[in-house]
Amino acid sequence: MSTPTTPSPAPAPSPASAPAAPAAPKYTKKDFQTDQEVRWCPGCGDYAILNAVQQVFPQLGLSREKVVFVSGIGCSSRFPYYMNTYGFHSIHGRAPAVASGVKLANPDLSVWVVTGDGDGLSIGGNHLLHALRRNIDLKILLFNNRIYGLTKGQYSPTTPFAQTNKSAPFGTVEQPINPISIALAAEATWIGRSVDIYPKHLMEVLKKMAVHEGSAFLEIYQNCNVFNDEAFDSLTVRDVRDDRNVALEHGKPLIFGKNREWGIRLNGLTPEVVKLGEHGVTEKDLIVHNEKSQPLAFLLSRLEPTAGPYDPKGERPAMPGLPLPIGIFRSEQRPTMEVRTREQIANAKKKLGEGSLERLLRAGDIWTVA
Amino acid sequence: MSPDSATASAPTRAKEVLESVVIRFAGDSGDGVQQAGMQFTNTTATLGNDLSTFPDFPAEIRAPAGTLPGVSGYQIQFSSADIHTPGDNPDVLVAFNPAALMVNIHDMPTNSVVIVNSDSFGEVDLKKAQCKTNPLEDGTLNGYQTYRVPITALTLKALESIPHDVVSHKNKERCKNFFTLGILYYLYSRPMETTLNWFNDKYGKKDPAVAQANCMALKAGYAYGEATEIFRSQYSVPPAKYAPGTYRNINGNEAVAYGLIAASKLAGRPLFYGSYPITPASTILEELSRHKNFGVITFQAEDEIAAVTSAIGASYAGAIGVTGTSGPGIALKSEAINLAVMTEMPLIIVDIQRGGPSTGLPTKTEQADLMQAMYGRNSESPVCILAPATPAECFDIAIQAVRIAIKYMCPVFLLSDGYLGNGAEPWRLPKIEDLPKIDVKFHSDPANFAPYLRDEVSLSRPWAIPGTPGLEHRIGGIEKSHIQGNINYDPENHDFMCRVRAAKIQRITADVAPATVEGPEDAPILLVGWGSTYGSIRAAREEANNRGLKVAHVHVRSLNPLPSNLGKLIAGRKRVLVPELNLGQLLFLLRARFLVDARGINKVQGKPFRVSELVSVIEQEAKGL
Repeated sequence: MSTPTTPSPAPAPSPASAPAAPAAPKYTKKDFQTDQEVRWCPGCGDYAILNAVQQVFPQLGLSREKVVFVSGIGCSSRFPYYMNTYGFHSIHGRAPAVASGVKLANPDLSVWVVTGDGDGLSIGGNHLLHALRRNIDLKILLFNNRIYGLTKGQYSPTTPFAQTNKSAPFGTVEQPINPISIALAAEATWIGRSVDIYPKHLMEVLKKMAVHEGSAFLEIYQNCNVFNDEAFDSLTVRDVRDDRNVALEHGKPLIFGKNREWGIRLNGLTPEVVKLGEHGVTEKDLIVHNEKSQPLAFLLSRLEPTAGPYDPKGERPAMPGLPLPIGIFRSEQRPTMEVRTREQIANAKKKLGEGSLERLLRAGDIWTVA
Repeated sequence: MSPDSATASAPTRAKEVLESVVIRFAGDSGDGVQQAGMQFTNTTATLGNDLSTFPDFPAEIRAPAGTLPGVSGYQIQFSSADIHTPGDNPDVLVAFNPAALMVNIHDMPTNSVVIVNSDSFGEVDLKKAQCKTNPLEDGTLNGYQTYRVPITALTLKALESIPHDVVSHKNKERCKNFFTLGILYYLYSRPMETTLNWFNDKYGKKDPAVAQANCMALKAGYAYGEATEIFRSQYSVPPAKYAPGTYRNINGNEAVAYGLIAASKLAGRPLFYGSYPITPASTILEELSRHKNFGVITFQAEDEIAAVTSAIGASYAGAIGVTGTSGPGIALKSEAINLAVMTEMPLIIVDIQRGGPSTGLPTKTEQADLMQAMYGRNSESPVCILAPATPAECFDIAIQAVRIAIKYMCPVFLLSDGYLGNGAEPWRLPKIEDLPKIDVKFHSDPANFAPYLRDEVSLSRPWAIPGTPGLEHRIGGIEKSHIQGNINYDPENHDFMCRVRAAKIQRITADVAPATVEGPEDAPILLVGWGSTYGSIRAAREEANNRGLKVAHVHVRSLNPLPSNLGKLIAGRKRVLVPELNLGQLLFLLRARFLVDARGINKVQGKPFRVSELVSVIEQEAKGL
């Protein structure tokens, strides 16, 4: 298939998202850093994410000039300025639409979108839905800090009900939405979740996301230490995370706990925590994760533990609540929109011949005056 | 019954030769009025008449049948002379029902021809049209040459040889528009071939029975016109004197689509059209989506904002990014247009204006988005604004818009409107080889690259597209430092960048043709117009000149920047008149820019100017001088 928009003088190799193919230059993390002063607040979770992305990129086999980072508005959307790739800091909420145009115009580019809970789910919710539904090969990183940071502390669409903040001094009266459930409803073909302070996990997930061909959506829990500090601590600090997270692995049963002693099984349509070995429960009774199952992915997306405050000295419970799933909820292959678009063009050319202006203008009734 | 057999017994009638005829078809939006009008237009075009059309749609797709708001109209003027408008008042009205008659009869001059479908004036039909009495009997039609033709019955009779299980009764009734068209083809000496061929091409394979029924209805109508004695004369309108060349008929939206495709070819870059369906711009999206073999990418976006931002993304990646809409869509796109202003990205914004504000009059024409295009965004936001004057000119202006957007790295508005978009006229096809190439220079050399390093003449910045090694850089909507393009909040830099963006748009003047004067150069009265009013203003100017009035006309195709000589052309006139289908927007710009005491001729009725109303204003003004 021809790729008429390929800008580089060399013929384009296979899509940039397939890292195995061309011999990209050998990069180090430094090659993806820019000379721009990073202007996030000290202690912001964004630093950890930037660090993970910059560490992962040299391993992806992508030529730097083939990578485009597109963002909207918000703290997270400053991200492109710090990546030494092509970068487009667009307007509030519209990054998925800008990126769709980039990818459709040049499918050889590896296009990444950085957005936040306000940018991606509030003002830009519509664009996020449709970019995912179309299965355009965009890697969308949604930094979820459950607050508006850049505008200084108003509630966002993921802020928990009743939380007090600058624009809800008496507590929010709105139901928050769940980004993973939204992405599933929007038919995204790859959906994952990780956490800013889990660098290894984050990098693993990013690598898998990079090789997916199609719309990929990664929710990253990100701490805003200024306006919503410790929002995720009760689930993610070192002492509790093993007991309060379950790592999703395709084909493996859902087991968690410091000693991997707990599992999740289905009781009818309701997931419940069970202790392995107790009442004759074995691994065979547990839900086995399947990235191809959309109903399972949706069920898992609904596990939104509201674990109580973290008490480092507290005792471990005999039976914990349902844990927070992290990892890959869904990964399926479906032809991308840019491939289908190119196919239609190729077929039209085959059927009608390369477009001729002469023929176009003379189609229909014409007459000649001598 | 066939035309041939009917000819034998046809009464011999003298053929009257006419210079111009105006026909208006009117009926329910489901009556096939637009279809009949378009066929009449295509046939007339191939006869070499000059022509101009005005399709007039109701906002509802199928308003309740037979009601006043559901009336759809299609007007055509055709002539052996050079004409510029669809005509002020019809010579012939074809009314398919009482509602169509009542909505249109006021436009009909005394003694003009009214053809009605007498089968559709029953009690129920009259009630739907809110007629207390039957207009066929109550004197409404006194003073007109009225022809009461039982069109429905005659159509059904002509098709009675086709069994109902092959073509249903309902579908047979639907052929009545083509029966009527047949009558008009006879009356105005038009051949049936164009329409017969069209049926066979369009439906011959898909639905041969329906194609056949429509062809039979057309022929039967023709034969009816020929055989019956109710029509007093037959008419002919000789061909117009055209410049030599190959012609076709075209409406403005088709011409925009073809112009964009041509520009893509001339630039050697793929066309990306991001759009959200909106009346009256949707036909551009539909037309472009048919031409994928030109590598065209059409993207039906989730909303107006995604339509424009995806186009910006496509331009950023090296395609020709275009978005098309109407006024309400422009309102939604304004923030994104400013992103293109700030990132200095080529972007073409096609605005097919319609009546507003808000949802306004979706299917009616207006020219009231000029200020929106000029000033409808936050802060200092200069863009180029071009406006075609005729349907065919939409082709040239679309190419010019792309050329300027690429050369100057800036957004370019193309302001058309519903009247140009839907209206058709004959178009002399350009010689493809004469169309100048569009120069595209992607920057590739990392050695002398800075994202905002400007060309000294055009002031444009380099187009450095992703995929180019060594040019990795970041752009965005935050103010940029001169040359390096880094985020910059420095007061002096912002002041400089605002001025340089404005200066860049003014530099486009070099690529804008000087305005020309039509009519007597030194006339004391000057009409200054823009956009779709060209035809009406020109016809009015010619009429005024014929009446001995010294009046000239300048039509502005580039509203920002204005043509370099416009000030000179305006200066020293006793009276400058600015006719616009708004309440005085170009007027405002001209008064501000040239400190001239210009006066507006304004109307916002969702309709083009009548030539006569412009002439009467000109006469008034001439008297006062």
